[in-house]
Amino acid sequence: MSLYEYLNYIIMPILSVSLLLIFIRLLIGPEIVDRVIALDLIITCGLGIIAVYSIITNQPTYLDIAMILALIAFLGTVAFSYFLIKKKKNSKDD
Amino acid sequence: MTEWIIIFLSTVGALFIFLAAVGLVRMPDFYLRVSVTRKAVTLGVGLVLVSAATYFNDISVTSRVTAIILFLFLTAPVAAHVITRAAYFTGTKLWKKSIIDDLKGRYQDKTISLEEEEEGINSSPSEKKASKSKETPPEQDSSR
Repeated sequence: MSLYEYLNYIIMPILSVSLLLIFIRLLIGPEIVDRVIALDLIITCGLGIIAVYSIITNQPTYLDIAMILALIAFLGTVAFSYFLIKKKKNSKDD
Repeated sequence: MTEWIIIFLSTVGALFIFLAAVGLVRMPDFYLRVSVTRKAVTLGVGLVLVSAATYFNDISVTSRVTAIILFLFLTAPVAAHVITRAAYFTGTKLWKKSIIDDLKGRYQDKTISLEEEEEGINSSPSEKKASKSKETPPEQDSSR
């Protein structure tokens, strides 16, 4: 079994199943913060998938996209929590 | 030889990511979910990225991977702390079997801040105490 077959048939299914599990939490999350953290983890798992895919296709350019995605995940989480606290403050003022 | 290193690193990383996903689904509480998943996913993605750097064996790719890993290690705890703070302030409940809650009496519902923060920024309780202590001595003097 070569390296590419191993990555294709074992590593990628594991990462895909974990992505599906995180997506289940995104669907059923009881509160909005659960959904925010699930969205963040989906992007972070996508980072790993991009890294494996860049090995399979032998294209290191994909890692640039991984860097930008990490930035977007962090900014998204911070923005969501900022607006959650702001919404709570506004409801207190009314 | 390099192939076996790549296989080992990617397998361990993928297993960590998978365990984090299982923990995200199975844990009973938001705080436990954050605490379980954050560290595991950061370690797993870091290992997978290191395996990619080992495969390409190039300075430009290695520097890119190092930048991504440093960025992840810097931002992941900050993001987890900020979202957990927002969750506590918006009233997310703890698991009913959780024993300890350190912030229980110190969260002020009116101003949405912790006790220590308000004393540090506004210093309103200390001013009230100072004004009271200033008011009381003249009355005592007049009574005497």
